[in-house]
Amino acid sequence: MTELTESTDRARTDEPVAFPQDRSCPYHPPTGYDALRERRPLAPITLFDGSPAWLVTGHAAARALLSDARLSTDRTRPGFPAPTARFAAVRDRRIALLGVDDPRHRTQRRMMVPSFTLKRASELRPAIQGIVDGRLDAMIAQGPPAELVSAFALPVPSRVICALLGVPYADHEFFEAQSRRLLRGPEPADSLKARERLETYLGGLLDRKRAQREPGDGILDELVHQRWREGETDRAELVSLAVILLVAGHETTANMISLGTYTLLRHPERLAELRADPTLLPAAVEELMRMLSIADGLLRMATEDIEVDGTTIRAGEGVLFATSVINRDASVYPEPDMLDWHRPARHHVAFGFGIHQCLGQNLARAEMEIALGTLFHRLPGLRLAAPPEEIPFKPGDTIQGMLELPVSW
Amino acid sequence: MHIEEAPALRIDIDRDVCIGAGQCALTAPRVFTQDDDGFSMLLPGREDGGGDPMVRQAARACPVGAITVTEAAR
Repeated sequence: MTELTESTDRARTDEPVAFPQDRSCPYHPPTGYDALRERRPLAPITLFDGSPAWLVTGHAAARALLSDARLSTDRTRPGFPAPTARFAAVRDRRIALLGVDDPRHRTQRRMMVPSFTLKRASELRPAIQGIVDGRLDAMIAQGPPAELVSAFALPVPSRVICALLGVPYADHEFFEAQSRRLLRGPEPADSLKARERLETYLGGLLDRKRAQREPGDGILDELVHQRWREGETDRAELVSLAVILLVAGHETTANMISLGTYTLLRHPERLAELRADPTLLPAAVEELMRMLSIADGLLRMATEDIEVDGTTIRAGEGVLFATSVINRDASVYPEPDMLDWHRPARHHVAFGFGIHQCLGQNLARAEMEIALGTLFHRLPGLRLAAPPEEIPFKPGDTIQGMLELPVSW
Repeated sequence: MHIEEAPALRIDIDRDVCIGAGQCALTAPRVFTQDDDGFSMLLPGREDGGGDPMVRQAARACPVGAITVTEAAR
C-alpha cells in the first residue's frame, strides 16, 4: 500500500502545471504553483494553448540559465513559447533590447546604458521628488478618499519617463491606454492594434525631433541626433526602442508602487518598522521586489541542448522563469514567504539576470524609494478604504499589480 | 587576541562583458563606480578592494559575471 501511494504521489507531482495562473493574494505566488516550489530547479509546464515548456524554479539554476547564451529571447524564432494568445499575436516582430540576442542586443544596450547609470538615477532624484510631491499635493487637495493607482502610482512613473525620454506628458492618456491594451488585451487583436498605434505615435515624435534644429534634452532627442543621424541606428530600431522604454518605463514601476503600497498596508508591523527607521527604505524596496516579483514569467527558447541538474532541455524547447517561485527558494531566502527588511534580499531575480537584466533598474529603485517613502511619510494615517479581499488586482497573464487601490487617510 | 587583516584582493573587470547594470557600484560603492559610458571601474586607490567586505557580494551581483575576485599574492 505504501509503495502504491508513493508511486501515485510521484506520478501526480510529475504532471505538468498550467502556467501562468492567477494569484489569489496579489503579493503571493498563485497557490497553483505550490507544487512547483517542491520541484526545483526545473519543472514541466503547459502553456495556454496546451503546448509544453520548461519552468525554471530554482534560484541557482535561474541565475545560470539567464546568463546562458544558448537561451534566446528572439521571439520571432519558430516555436518561441507564448504564455498568452496576446503575446502570440505580437510575436512576429523582435522588440528592441528584450527580444534581441547578442551581438545586436549588445550594441543597443551600449547605446542606452549611459542614460541609465546609478549616477544618472541619483541626479534625477530631485526631479522625481518634485513629481511625487506634486501628485501627493493634488491627491490630498481632493481627498480623502482617493484611488491611488490613477492618482499616484501611475502618474508618477509616467511623468518621470516622459521627462526622461522627451515624450510630451500631454499625451499620457493615449500612451497609457495603449500600453494597457498591449499588455492586457482583452483580445489578441487589441494588443496588435495597440502596438501599431504606439509605433505610429512614437515614429511621428522621432521624425519631429529629427527635423528640429535644436535638439531637446530627452533620451530620444539624444538618440535621434547622435545615433540616428550618424547612421548607428535606423528609424525602425529607434521606434522599437522608444516603445519598450516608454511602456516598460511606466507600467512596471506603477505596479510596484500600487502593489508595494497594498503589501505594506497589509503588514502593519513591517510598515511601522520602516516608518521608525527610514534608512531601511532601500532594503525594503529590494525585499518588496523579491516578494512581489511582478514580472512573473520571463521567456526564453533553447537553441541547443542544455543539461540542468540531470534533465536535458532540448534545442527548440521553451524555457520560462517563474520569478515569484525563484525568489522564494528557501535555500537562498529562509522563511521566504515572510517580509523581512533585515534579510539580504539582494540577488533576487525580479529585475531578471544576465545580459537582459532590467536597463531601468537604477531609475526604478529611485522612483520606488521616493514614491513609497514620501507617501507613507506625508500620510501617516494612510489605510485601505475597502475590504482588502475585495480590491481588484491583475490576472496572472500580465505584469502583476493592483487594478485599483481605494485609500483613505 | 589578534585581529586578522582583511586580505588584499585582486579585482578584475572584463569590460567587454560588462553591460553597465551598475550592480557592483550599488553593492560596494566604496570600491566600484561607473564611468560616463556606464562601464564598471574601480575607484582610485581601491584596486585591492580596500578591505571592503562587500566586494565579493558585488561580484556576485553582476548579472553577467564580469567581475572576478581573487586573493592577491603577498
